[in-house]
Amino acid sequence: MAVVAPTAAPTAPPKLIHTQTHAEVTRDVVGTLGTATRGYYMLLAGAVFFLIVGLVTFLIIVKDGLGHAGYNPPAFWSVFITTFVFWVGIGHAGTLISAILFLFRSPWRTAVYRATEAMTVFAVMTAGLFPIIHIGRQWIFYWLLPYPNERFLWPNFRSPLLWDVFAISTYLTVSTLFLILGLIPDIAAVRDKATGWRKKIYEMTSAGWQGTDIQWRHYSRAYLYLAALATPLVLSVHSVVSWDFAVSLIPGWHTTIFAPYFVAGAIYSGLGMVFTLMIPLRKYLRLEHMITTYHFDNLAKLTLLTGCLLFYSYSMEYFIAWYSGNTFEQTTFWMRPFGPQWWSGWTMITCNALISQLLWFRKIRQNLTSLFVLSIFINIGMWFERWVIIVSSLSNDYVPWAWGVLTPTWADWGILAGSFGWFGMWFLLFAKNFPIVAIQEIKEMIPTPRKRRAH
Amino acid sequence: MPSLRKVVPGVLGSFLHTDAAVDAIRELRSRGFRDLTVYSPIPNHEIEEAMEHKVSPVRLFTLVGGVTGCAAGFGMTIWMAIDWPTLTGGKPMPSIPPYVVIAFELTILLGSLATLFGLGLLSAIKARRKIMYDPRYSDNMIGIFVPAGAPQVPAIEQMLHDAGAVEVRNDVA
Repeated sequence: MAVVAPTAAPTAPPKLIHTQTHAEVTRDVVGTLGTATRGYYMLLAGAVFFLIVGLVTFLIIVKDGLGHAGYNPPAFWSVFITTFVFWVGIGHAGTLISAILFLFRSPWRTAVYRATEAMTVFAVMTAGLFPIIHIGRQWIFYWLLPYPNERFLWPNFRSPLLWDVFAISTYLTVSTLFLILGLIPDIAAVRDKATGWRKKIYEMTSAGWQGTDIQWRHYSRAYLYLAALATPLVLSVHSVVSWDFAVSLIPGWHTTIFAPYFVAGAIYSGLGMVFTLMIPLRKYLRLEHMITTYHFDNLAKLTLLTGCLLFYSYSMEYFIAWYSGNTFEQTTFWMRPFGPQWWSGWTMITCNALISQLLWFRKIRQNLTSLFVLSIFINIGMWFERWVIIVSSLSNDYVPWAWGVLTPTWADWGILAGSFGWFGMWFLLFAKNFPIVAIQEIKEMIPTPRKRRAH
Repeated sequence: MPSLRKVVPGVLGSFLHTDAAVDAIRELRSRGFRDLTVYSPIPNHEIEEAMEHKVSPVRLFTLVGGVTGCAAGFGMTIWMAIDWPTLTGGKPMPSIPPYVVIAFELTILLGSLATLFGLGLLSAIKARRKIMYDPRYSDNMIGIFVPAGAPQVPAIEQMLHDAGAVEVRNDVA
């Protein structure tokens, strides 16, 4: 038997980090903060403009009612719920990277996790607004909570919508705490370099952190447990969101695959948003030596994995619809690609199941321009996935004479634009005022200097 | 603004090398200076071992918080179902399976809040003293603070120098 010579020498593991010393890490990350350019302020102004559009739309809805949103029986869930699920989903990639990959001790997570975690918190902050916008009488949203009231009425805990209240508020709280906990040592590092009024702000927000042995001892453990708690949480949140649909009897919703299908979709959409945000951010903040092509390659592999899971879920949905023998289920799934809103059905399949398959090619995974373009398709595709699931199922249910086509109105678009403005504003403010790269964790990857030779 | 914390004077040694700092900790502790404060920009296992720290009790807070959350989740939903009965299909009043979701979320919520509370509480115990600090300890240096009175200062300073400190100073009047 001929001995096959290896065609190439085994490649060395890619360098995770191109910074040499602890001092350089602090210097480079602190360098991303402070005075911003004109381009930044223009982006911020754009975000605030969209936010104002959303706010005005919201005020009109509060004044006149939800009729502006184009609801017609039997479809009373449309763009607001679609966008709610979209933003909750975006959040999931951040927690996957910050908590799950932390438990897996994945070294490449370090450089990107802070930005994705911030994205999570702001995405969930955005998502949390939608149920409140959607309920109609927004000023009594607190009726959702089990608080002691004069009539001794309690909410119905058998309703998935109430599970959602608990899941989303827990998710918002825990992901915010996780972000803040990770930030504290980094804010302290920035504080020790800052001057003037910025120093005052960092002094307050660093919670007295000095990096003493006692603080590190408790901190490392607390961070580990928070990661361990956030991991099952993130898997539960989108499962609970999916049960909002799956527990009902609407054709197209009532399936057992929904929980894993939604979680995979959530991570896929979140990774799409990570690319959309990080590729320009890295260039603008000059972090090319910390967030490298290697990181994006790994993120793209995760995107490919979740994209394949979505491909499988879509196929299963159609197969089970046919195999069930249920006319209503079959009709709903026939209407998705061939009904009046065929274009939304095909957008979903193309952008999610098909376009993600391009990531099998290393050339595409390692080319940031192609990844950025792809990520826009992912964002659009995942919004349409929720639109298709929600609207096509509702507007074609058991009573054929009530079937119709739901068209979004100006109010829907106004609130959607406002949500992007709200999210963008928070993310931009965060990126310029807090360390977007985890200083302390990057330092942990650099060998500490020694007096004696390393053993 | 005058600090409310009690000022404790002592000697502060700054190190660039981890092994030098670990040598200093071992030496100081063997000579009876056990009340050390070590500053470092990152958590360090060698320092932790030299200081002979036990595993942080923060995990107890996580456990108690999580168990409380779970119990509260089931307790609240079951009690509320019985307190305001809405009979459906003659089934038992508290329906346990859906309540698992609420109990699960509250386990995580209270577990996380308790973890952070424990972290704050445990870290605050020693932080009530005001001792010397240097901004470089959040950047790239390791600092060792030894509380000391005037007679002990020369010996401690000598020990820190011998271990390889790049800078030693004291605020003993």
